[in-house]
Amino acid sequence: MVARYFSKVSFMAAMTSLVLLVGIFLVLTIYALDSISTFGLGFLTSTDWKVGADDEGGVFGGLVPIVGTLLTTLIAMIIATPIAMGIAVFLTEVAPPYMVKPVSIAVELLAAIPSIIYGMWGLFYLAPILQAIFGGSGIGVLTAGIVLSIMIIPFMAAITRDSMNTTPNILKESAYAMGATKFEVIRDVVVPYAKIGIIGSIILAFGRAIGETMAVAFLIGSVFSFPKGLTEPTTSIPVVLANNFAEATDLELSSMFYLALLLFMISFVVIFVAKWYFLRGVHHAK
Amino acid sequence: METILEIKNFNFTYAGALEPSLKHIDLPIHTNKVTALIGPSGCGKSTLLRAMNRIHDIYPGHTYEGQILLWDQEAQKHNNILYLEKEDDMIALRQKVGMIFQKPTPFPMSIFDNVAYGLRLSGVKNHSELRDRVEVALRGAALWEEVRDRLKENGMGLSGGQQQRLCIARAVALKPSILLFDEPTSALDPKSTRAIEELIEELKQEISIVIVTHNMQQAVRISDYTGFMYLGDLVEYDTTENVFNLPKNELTKDYVMGRFG
Amino acid sequence: MQNRLKINKIILFLSTAAAVIGILFLLWILLTLIVKGVSTIHWSILTEDLINGGIRNLLIGQFVMAGVASVIGIPVGLMAGVYLREYGRNMKLVNFIRNLSDVMMSAPSIVIGVFVFALMVAPVNSFNGWAGSVALSIMMLPIIISTTDSMLSLVPNELREAGMAIGGSKHRIILDIVMKSAKVGITTGVLLAFARIIGETAPLIFTSANSAFLTFNLNDQFPSLTVAIYNLANYPDEASRNLAWSASFVLTVIVLSINLTGRFLTTHKKRN
Repeated sequence: MVARYFSKVSFMAAMTSLVLLVGIFLVLTIYALDSISTFGLGFLTSTDWKVGADDEGGVFGGLVPIVGTLLTTLIAMIIATPIAMGIAVFLTEVAPPYMVKPVSIAVELLAAIPSIIYGMWGLFYLAPILQAIFGGSGIGVLTAGIVLSIMIIPFMAAITRDSMNTTPNILKESAYAMGATKFEVIRDVVVPYAKIGIIGSIILAFGRAIGETMAVAFLIGSVFSFPKGLTEPTTSIPVVLANNFAEATDLELSSMFYLALLLFMISFVVIFVAKWYFLRGVHHAK
Repeated sequence: METILEIKNFNFTYAGALEPSLKHIDLPIHTNKVTALIGPSGCGKSTLLRAMNRIHDIYPGHTYEGQILLWDQEAQKHNNILYLEKEDDMIALRQKVGMIFQKPTPFPMSIFDNVAYGLRLSGVKNHSELRDRVEVALRGAALWEEVRDRLKENGMGLSGGQQQRLCIARAVALKPSILLFDEPTSALDPKSTRAIEELIEELKQEISIVIVTHNMQQAVRISDYTGFMYLGDLVEYDTTENVFNLPKNELTKDYVMGRFG
Repeated sequence: MQNRLKINKIILFLSTAAAVIGILFLLWILLTLIVKGVSTIHWSILTEDLINGGIRNLLIGQFVMAGVASVIGIPVGLMAGVYLREYGRNMKLVNFIRNLSDVMMSAPSIVIGVFVFALMVAPVNSFNGWAGSVALSIMMLPIIISTTDSMLSLVPNELREAGMAIGGSKHRIILDIVMKSAKVGITTGVLLAFARIIGETAPLIFTSANSAFLTFNLNDQFPSLTVAIYNLANYPDEASRNLAWSASFVLTVIVLSINLTGRFLTTHKKRN
């Protein structure tokens, strides 16, 4: 009796993931319906974001935040990927044994620091420096991208290291026994062996970066126009939601749900690809 | 010269360990013979083997004492490999002293590239030379007939026994003067084991061989000399025939008669 | 040969440099936080509410919401993990749920805020603490599922079989033997999940929003430390910014302490 009840409950609990995922998709779609039926797919290519005179109606298009999201994420990935790979290689192959543990813990703790802290640091410390170097206001795509990269580096490094660590020692030893240098062992054995996992880790970090709100919110400028240069402000989907969602009504609110739905679908696809294709059986419980 | 390698009064201590794992080892490795190292788990036989190509050095902090003298054909003398420090000397040593591991370790690349790997590292670029030497190595490892039509396929797709022969071909391609086998058949079925053993007997025409094995019948079948190790000591060393039939030491006697292990 | 060694040296140097650069940046952030935090913090900040220039109500509010989220998220997550590892017969379904849960773990937190807004804020037309708690519980759930799942997978099958052999029923074996032997790992997972949600901002901005007063009424707008930091840092006056720094410092200390406690538990276990 209890046994049956226990297993039923555990089944229902497992189903909550499915229910939530479908629920999120449905709820976002329903609330976005107004905007979807008004603007259709043209929403994706339109740059207008104008509220109607009486706060009703108006014209809304998602291209600016979509581009802003992709641009900041791209900058972040370009900076973060080589550094994170370097850290992962350092931790798995280069560091002397007594350094591996403390550096690993440092990396993991840094991955645990709330993203709002990265954002605040960027606003008050990095932005003035970048302003001095590149001009502009210090607030813009580049600053947002750099802070975003700093935020995802520990995450990316940790999961890439996990993938590289799956290379069996005996395989590396056989390459050394052939007279390979450390770099040759990394290039010819570790990277090819862990390739799938490494790619998966990069995609997963991309998924994390694209949905990140707080590291970017302080720094991107939250302006509804295309950036004319890397130091110019623009906005991204999460930032539009964070800063404008609470005040929006009617068609504008519905358009925000449309944006949220887009973001959710992009990240769903990205993460599903990473998990399903590249990271089968690898668990990153962080 | 009669011995390709001379180990003299050799001690080895793992990083951070207080006691040496190998104590006062004296062991000759005869040229073009098979020398087997036997003994219970943890006796130090693999540790000794891994000192002969200094593969220990890829993990820092271990200490060597004594001498491991490797015959240098060009200079016509023995050199102590424990003096090597520079990385290029280490690389040269490992190309001269090849190693085969407990499990087959094909690299994540094609069969051809696996065998060509060491050659490419050592600077062979000419494709026809590579092809020839890969073929010779694969023939030498008795694998050529089985893989000649699928050299482009991934080495991991071969059976366990084939993979191990691929690893032997990979090592043989470099024309080493010694090959170290670290329990090469422990992960293989009896048929593949037999093939590897035949191969070892074939190889000793050209190459001196040291093999660590758990399997005493294997030592009897293929080796000319046998060393019995126990708790970091080389207890007895003699011709295989003498070690198994007329052991001088009580411990050796108990071990080869299967009383412990 | 010399060329190979040179390339080797260069690459290893670059990798070390990457590690040094990464760690320098991160040290810079931590150091800023400590310097700014320590220089702006004083006791009154911890004993006063936001309305009087302190963070007492914010801290309490953040913990209350994370606590309520845990009450929802932990049992559901544990049971889901148990299903995946102990009950699920259809491996296709089990793997599908596993993947969905992983996808949920990486879902943008702001989207979860939007979702909960639609369900729990829009209908009552008021920000409320329940909504914030539910948003956090949704963030927490997949982390708990994933760690429970992988910790249970480490329990050797012999233990389950031994339990069966003495005639234990399945749910008793799970509760008394399997869960118990995975206890430390699961506890660590729960602590890491808690550390994760206590620092979340995005899902709270338009669910709980923030309040300047101490309140335990979850039906109303609810104080949140992280949302307050976001607001304060955007104010132009020095006092607000300083308060944001103190609050960030306190938040980071809390998050890292919980995190380290979790890690300590596992390493301590390993040693015994």
